[in-house]
Amino acid sequence: MKYYISCDSAAVSIGANETADALARHAGADAVVRTGSRGFYWLEPLIEIEHDGARIGFGPVEAAEVPDLLAAIESGDFESHPRYVGDIDTLLRDQGQCRLTFARCGVIAPTDWEAYVAHGGSAGLRAALENSGQAIVDAVKESGLRGRGGAGFPTGIKWQTVHDQPATPKYIICNADEGDSGTFADRMIMEGDPFTLLEGMAIAGVAVGAEHGYIYLRSEYPDAERALERAIEVAREQGMLGADVLGSGKAFDIEVRVGAGAYICGEETSLLESLEGKRGLVRFKPPLPAIQGFMGRPTVINNVISLSTVPAIMAQGAASYHDFGINKSRGTLTIQLCGNVARPGLYEMPFGVTLDHLINDIGGGSVSGRPVRTAQIGGPLGAYVPASHFDTPLGYEELAEKNAMIGHGGVVVFDDTVDMAQQARFAMEFCDIESCGKCTPCRVGSVRAQEVIDRIIEARDTDADITLLRELCDTMINGSLCAHGGMAPYPVLSALNHFPQDFGVAEPAETA
Amino acid sequence: MACYRLVPEWNTEITTVQKVENMARSNGEADSAVAEICARHAAEEGPVLPILHDVQAHFGYVPDAAIGEIAQALNLSRAEVYGVVTFYHDFHREPPRSHSLKVCRAEACQAVGGRDVWAAARTAADSGDADIDLEAVYCLGNCACAPSVQLDGRTIGRMNVERVSALFAAGGRAGAPS
Repeated sequence: MKYYISCDSAAVSIGANETADALARHAGADAVVRTGSRGFYWLEPLIEIEHDGARIGFGPVEAAEVPDLLAAIESGDFESHPRYVGDIDTLLRDQGQCRLTFARCGVIAPTDWEAYVAHGGSAGLRAALENSGQAIVDAVKESGLRGRGGAGFPTGIKWQTVHDQPATPKYIICNADEGDSGTFADRMIMEGDPFTLLEGMAIAGVAVGAEHGYIYLRSEYPDAERALERAIEVAREQGMLGADVLGSGKAFDIEVRVGAGAYICGEETSLLESLEGKRGLVRFKPPLPAIQGFMGRPTVINNVISLSTVPAIMAQGAASYHDFGINKSRGTLTIQLCGNVARPGLYEMPFGVTLDHLINDIGGGSVSGRPVRTAQIGGPLGAYVPASHFDTPLGYEELAEKNAMIGHGGVVVFDDTVDMAQQARFAMEFCDIESCGKCTPCRVGSVRAQEVIDRIIEARDTDADITLLRELCDTMINGSLCAHGGMAPYPVLSALNHFPQDFGVAEPAETA
Repeated sequence: MACYRLVPEWNTEITTVQKVENMARSNGEADSAVAEICARHAAEEGPVLPILHDVQAHFGYVPDAAIGEIAQALNLSRAEVYGVVTFYHDFHREPPRSHSLKVCRAEACQAVGGRDVWAAARTAADSGDADIDLEAVYCLGNCACAPSVQLDGRTIGRMNVERVSALFAAGGRAGAPS
């Protein structure tokens, strides 16, 4: 009997190591397999066993509960155990999940190459190697994959630009500076199935003619760093990386670079500066990184999830990926549901699910039991969507119509105790702390906005200050060099427009 | 403006004499250690951040003397290296305390009581004498198990006011998930 339990850092943060130690004591160390996380964080620490060809879950299991659970499992009468969850695949299906990018996360030991290949790993790269670079780029275009980091730019078009550049060397850079609050999909896949990311980067390298890749990883993720370093080592031993990628004669290798605690380095040009060893100041565009990126060379910069999705596209075909989703949002979105919600976790679902279904049906509503008031979508630069707009389907354009953005797919739920004026103030405080300082609207505007919001909270001359705040937001949106200053006003304006009473404004405000 | 991102507010009791002693001590040590670290990264593209990470891992912080050393080794100006050191929140220019506690102040933690955890941590840090550097961070990627803190590199989820206060009371030695 094997017992599968997560080594994911979030599961460990709530006791998975203690539970795993108890399992090892009572069932023997050889019986315990540490995997990534399934993303069912309300069930962590989650223990899974194999039974009749299915993976049966039990959770949450504290260390002290392990002997009792093991006794129930050994007796065969485990379905009545209070921690019994049932067949994990059935649970995923019932939730409407469709695990393409996260197919192996939580299933296998993260750096077990044989398990990786047995579960379909490396098939995407093998398929890619049978095609020309242009054919790979075409497949990514046809899949409809858009940048999952937040901007939503078509991945295939970015690759085409780099593919068409005559200059060499070219680079593949993975943006693993996942700094948005409410997002953890990048961390999960890097800790739980790091080979998938490496494979995606290798496919990108083969497609555009690059031989070197970097993963720019934020320093807050020490466990992901260890997993990636180990995975790179194994991938080199197995020939997926190195001078002769899977016997193709093509070279590709990857290096991990750790950031140093700067949110702005998730902005691609700031990331390039940082990778080159400079202050993380954003660059003017053009030139685009695809033409003059790292060290002035053609560079593909993609988010972790974008790159980790490519192997599935190559293995299963562009059309099968494109079949999922709605309108111009194709494939699956790795939704990270968290905040004040009963069932927080990672939900990989086809685009198009409504916020109401996600938060109230799948997520179980608020964990506090109070009414859900709003959800911030897409990180600290994303809008607060009021509960009255929860019929909005999750899609790039669908959210844009509501002056919101999908970002990296983070959904942070708040109950009715939230003070939206304080949330608006925090958005500007965060913008101030993490501004690179290059452009004035962001550097100075974020400080002035905090002062104005403080005055609004004190209710001295609210009407004049609201007007001033709106003008300031307008300046930041239109005058900032990058999305940091350009989007920080979105949470502020959404809070002001949807919850004017929190700012001491009685009448409904105009919509932005 | 209160920005609790940078630590020195709690380090102000380090006297000038101590600073000079630290600097003198690190000067001699820096010579060989920094040179060795720079040499190790010589062949890399954009080696400044990897070098600074290694220097900080070696000394616990980035000594002033190391800035000149790195500049010389990489043929950069001291100002350029200084600019990099001061841009990033992770690099500290003074010796750290025995323990580091990072508390997440971001939205996902706020939604489930993170503001109270941060306030309790600040109160404990300001009033007690625990040997802990308190730092605000903005997301540890542990949002589904919020509120979150990171104690000496180890993330702890489902934090609350009592547990974070207990961390300070125990001088940073406790922290097992409960």
